[in-house]
Parts: sequence; structure tokens; C-alpha cells
Amino acid sequence: MFLKKLILGGLTALFFSSSLFAADCGPNGQSIRILASDFPAIHAIANSAESNCAGSASEFTRNHTTEARQIMNAAQTPDPAEYTSVIVANSTLVQLMNDGLVRPLNDLVEKYGGNLKSNQLITIDGKIMAIAFMANSQHMYYRTDILDKAGVDGMPATYDEIISAAEKIRSAGIMEHPLVMNLKVGWNVGEVFNTIYLAHGGEFFKQGSAEASINNAKGIAALETMKALVEYAHPDHLTQASDDTQGLWEAGQAAIGFMWGSRGGVILDNEGSSAEVTSNTVLSAAPTVTGGSIPGATLWWDGITIATNVSDSEAEATFAALVSGMTSEMVAANNDDAIWLIDGFKPGPAAAGVSATAQGGAKSYPMFAQMGLLHNALGAELVDFLKGAESAEQALSDVEAVYETAAKDAGYL
Amino acid sequence: MKHSTFLLFILPSLSVMFLFIAIPIVSVFIQSLHIEHKQVIIVSENCDPFGCETTTSVDTEASAKLKEKAPLGKFNGFKTYSNRMHFAFDEIGEAWNSSDSFIVFVKKIYNYPLYRALSFTLTYTFVVTPFVLFLGFLVALGVNNLPKLLKGPTIFASLLPMIVTPLVGSLILFWMVDGDGVIGATLQKLFNDNSLSLKASPVLTWVMLMVYGIWHLMPFSFIVFYAGLQTVPHETIEAATIDGASKFQRTRHVVIPHLMPLAIFITLILLMDNFRVFEPIISFRAEAHATSISWLIWNHLRESAYPLYNAAGATSMITIFCVGILLLPVLIRTWRDFNEKNKG
Repeated sequence: MFLKKLILGGLTALFFSSSLFAADCGPNGQSIRILASDFPAIHAIANSAESNCAGSASEFTRNHTTEARQIMNAAQTPDPAEYTSVIVANSTLVQLMNDGLVRPLNDLVEKYGGNLKSNQLITIDGKIMAIAFMANSQHMYYRTDILDKAGVDGMPATYDEIISAAEKIRSAGIMEHPLVMNLKVGWNVGEVFNTIYLAHGGEFFKQGSAEASINNAKGIAALETMKALVEYAHPDHLTQASDDTQGLWEAGQAAIGFMWGSRGGVILDNEGSSAEVTSNTVLSAAPTVTGGSIPGATLWWDGITIATNVSDSEAEATFAALVSGMTSEMVAANNDDAIWLIDGFKPGPAAAGVSATAQGGAKSYPMFAQMGLLHNALGAELVDFLKGAESAEQALSDVEAVYETAAKDAGYL
Repeated sequence: MKHSTFLLFILPSLSVMFLFIAIPIVSVFIQSLHIEHKQVIIVSENCDPFGCETTTSVDTEASAKLKEKAPLGKFNGFKTYSNRMHFAFDEIGEAWNSSDSFIVFVKKIYNYPLYRALSFTLTYTFVVTPFVLFLGFLVALGVNNLPKLLKGPTIFASLLPMIVTPLVGSLILFWMVDGDGVIGATLQKLFNDNSLSLKASPVLTWVMLMVYGIWHLMPFSFIVFYAGLQTVPHETIEAATIDGASKFQRTRHVVIPHLMPLAIFITLILLMDNFRVFEPIISFRAEAHATSISWLIWNHLRESAYPLYNAAGATSMITIFCVGILLLPVLIRTWRDFNEKNKG
């Protein structure tokens, strides 16, 4: 063990020192300040950028917080902005762009982006606004041993098959609540609806306008599917988010899970769970509706942006540092932390679910400027339906009414 | 004291109150009358690792120009107060016309966020306040009768619920009532029902929040009553004992009247505090079953991409208004007592 650590330490030191000389860090003596969410893949990127370029910068600071989404607009609005770069995802890029807080990166990509692949470039009307480095999505987790025990053939691929598998597990007396999903009131419950609605082929807005259009047959079908699934979920499901569902899974209290791909590595590693759970956990694509083809998931990417309200040389140094971190060596050292979009990634068992979901043709999380408002409304108003206090039509018309009020106040309608 | 001396005395406090309370309230009110400018939306082609889609984005330059002309936003009058997020006048009128019974009407009203939040907030306030008053008084009486040696440690232990930060205190309880927690698992055993969950049932969630509120606030009323008990005149108690009054009669006719002004003070503070119940809802993740007025304000603001300052402002003004109404009876009573005393 000790020897292994020593060799590993030596290797990383060697790798870091060699890349220190190799990396192009742009203008010297600049201040680099990064705001990012807090999970292993983002740490890997930021670590790598820091060890490459902290030496040539006058300051290199990082703020990793799960609350990044809540503070980023306030932090980036003043001139100069609090951070030179915010590491974002689909929805948070929209959030920053709505206030004009990220700059186009076309000239920087030309200068420093030699090792970037074209599918890493996030473009809006031809302007590169972010550089993605990893992908994520929700998908299914199955406990094959329990499915076998309950007499389920193969792995369920549609919502109906999931429901009948859950019923088999329940009636076999193995588990009363075999299903886990992130259904915490608010963002999570809204996101589950989004995935099932997309699987039903739904559209969120009327073409070319900010008017919501979810109160339709597809919306109702999606809600009915959701309700049927929830029947088999843990009774406390309305309070459960990623950490809770992961906990239930690792404790062996669930057999079918609809969770984030980014949890795959954590669940499959040998910490926090028993061998019985980890060796029988299989990750597979998000389900489709019976006879449908679109996997019920939203695809996400995480990527870097550069602030509008900082000097050009700070922007250049920050971009160079972050891009210098996106190397195949970095990916090799952190292979199982994410579904990397960077060269050198070897998809392991933890990546199987996201890959299958993306290949199945799942949709990206919609990047409409007003999407966040609709998402909030869904998160708040679907709960009554799930509790059984309201009809699907009523719930959807409530969502539209709440969205309309908020969108008018925020100037989108 | 001369009026001018008195004024000088409270001038620092008054000016701070004006600066940090009065002016912000006025600014919140003004904010509640305005909404955001119309966002200039353009249709755009958006490409990511998974393909290209046609979506919309905000034309920030054009939107910024609008903002520069009128930074407060677009004047909206009292429409925010009457919209669906608040008093929902139009919707309620419609619900009244389309409901064939009163129960259906009430159910429909309960669908609107402000009324839903009000129903929990008021229930919470009117259940927790009397319990805290009564139980706090009982604990104070009990502690007062303890031998001297035990008093110190007992007082310290009784104050603990108040010392524990509300967020932490309710988070600990949240874990304990979980199906795998001490309380949750015991309840499941006791009732022999494996799917019994305190978090899944609306009624049990309300009960849990109120029990937590009582537990958390009782030390406050206890310590104030306990301090008050030290000032009960011995002569009156002795006189009552000589007259043959029982312990209960002494408490009822001597101690309680003596503590009445304190009880009014505690009631005022408790009403104000309980009406602003917030932390337990967050830590118990109880939003599905119980929301409060303060939770609504937080909810309007927390999505930093789309903070609804007007909605949060309007809800804040409604809170101030409601607290005023709640306190009115107690204030009128105090005012009357004060006048009578002055006459006598």
C-alpha cells in the first residue's frame, strides 16, 4: 500500500512538474479566480489548471461551492467581476447569458484551443460561449441480483417494464419500495417531469415564443407515468435529492434507481457500500415510453466560461490556464470521475449509463432563456398531483398559470 | 423627564431605526410596485456536444438599454398584490362563481400559494403560542419549587432547546424522524407499519413542525416567567396562606395576576416570531406539505437567475400588514390598561 502511494505520488509529481514547463499559460502575472460547483470532476480540471499555471499567475483562487448557481449572477455583475471564470452547465450558462456576463471565446479558442475537439465548443449563433469538458445525464441503475430473484427477464427498458418489474419485486416480498428517484420538492421534482415529458416527445414552449405549452395530452401522459412510478418509491420521496437516493442505494434498500450519471463512480467504488450492492449494480440507459425511441433524460454538459467584466489579459490567462488542464493525462488520472469529452477517456462501467442514454438520442436540457422559470413552476406545482390531492390537468394548468405570472414579472411575456 | 431630554435620549436609537428599518421598508414597498422590463428575446441556434437546437436567448444589449432608461423597472401599480402569487383576486372570484359548495371553494383557494402559506402560518402561530406560554409557565413553576442545589443545572438544561441554532436543531430532528432514524424507526415498530413516515403525511408534518416549534421556543417563555416569579411579593403569598388559600388558589389568584403583564409581553414576541416561521420548513424539507409566508419570500428570491423582487417585496409588505393585525388586539388591551391606570 505504502509503496503504491509512493510510486503514485512520484508519478503525479513528475507529471505536474513536466507539464509546468509544457503548458502555455498566456500572459504572465495575471489574477485567475474561479467559481465552480463542488464535485470530483471539476476539482480535477481546476487542480490540473492550478498546478500548470499558478506559478505564472499573480494569484490563483478557487471557490468550489454547491451554491455556485445561486451566487454567480450577483458575483459577476460588477465591473471588475468577482471571478474571471465560472464553470457552468447548460442551465447556468443560460442564467449568465441572460445578464450578458460571459464573453465570446472565438479568438481565445483560435489562440489556445489547439487540443480542443469541435464537439467541446458550445456555440450560440456561431459564437463560442463555453468549452465543455464532461457530460452527464440521468439514467437507470439496476440491482441484477434482485431482478433475477424477482423473476424479471433482462433489464427493463421502458417505463412500463420498470413498473412491472417494481411490482414483481414488491409482490415477491423482497422490497416494499424498490424504486429510488430524486423527487425533492423544487428543482428535482421538476427535472423528473422534464425527463419523462421529453420521452413522450413533449415541447416546453410554443414555437418561437415564451408561452408555455405543457398542458396537453403528452404532459398528462408524462404525469400519469410519473405517478405510477412514484407508487413504488420510498414514502419520503418528496424530501429526497441525490445524496439521499445514493445513500439508499448504497445501503442496499433499492433495486431500481433513476439517478445522475455522475453518481455512478461514487456508487460503484468500494467505499460506503457492501460488495453485494456494488458487484450487482448495473448502469443502463434511461427508459423510453413503450413503442417510443427517445430516452427519458436530459443531457447535460459542464464547461468553462470567461467573464465579460474582467480585463482582456486576465481573461486570456484564465482561459489558457483552464484549457491547459484539459489534457489526456488529466483524464487518465481521473478517468472514472466523469464522462469526459476530452481525448483519452476510456469509458468504464460507471460511464455505461450516460453513453447509452446519449447514443439513444436523448435531448439536451433545453437552453431557452426562460426555461428556469418554467422549471421552478413545475417544481412547485406538481407536488399536489403526486400527493394525490389534484388531477393531472389541474396540476398542469397551475404550472402554466404560475409560470405566466412569474414570466410576466420577469419580463419574458 | 422633560420631553426634550427624552427626545435627545432616544435620538440615536430613532435615527438608526429610521435608517435601517423605515427606509428599507419604503424601498421594498416601491420595489413591489415595479416589474422587470420586457426582455428582448431573439431566436438562436444553439450547438452543444449532443447536437444543435433552435432555442431563444436574451438580446442583452437591447435589454440593457431599456434598463438604463428606468432602472427600477416597469411600473406595475398594485397588480403584483392582486396577481395569482398573492391575493389572486380574479382567480378567487372565478372560484366563488364556479363552486357549488363552500368546501369546494375553500379547496380551490388552498391551491393559491399565499392562502396555502397563510393557513399553515396562522395555524402554527395559534397552536404554538398558547402551548409555549402554558408549558413555559409550568416549567418555571416547577423549577422555582426545586431545592437550590438542583436549580442551576435544571435551568441550564431547560434552556438548551433555545441555545441550539434552529437550523441545526431541526436538522437533527429531521434525521431522527427519518424511517431509519431513532424516532421514525421506533414509531414504525410501535404501530407495526413499515411505511409509516412522518415526512410523507401532511398532517404528521404539520404536527412535527409544531412540536418542534414548541420545543424550541418554550425556554424563552420559561426564563421570562421564571424571572417574573422571583418578584412575586412574599407578603401577599403569606397573607393568602394565612387566609387558608391552597397552593393552586395562591397560584391562580396571586401569582398569575402578578405575571399578567409579562404574559402579554411574551405573547407579543411569540406572535411576531411564530408568524415568521421559516427555518424548520427548510431543514425538515417540509415544502410539499407546509409553506409559510417567510418561506414564500425566500422562494421568490432564491433562484438567482430570475429573482422576483416585486413578488418578494409584496409578500414582505403583506407580512408586515398581517403582523400588525395580529398584534392589534394585544396592543389595544395594553393601551386601555395604561389609560385606566393613569386615570386611577
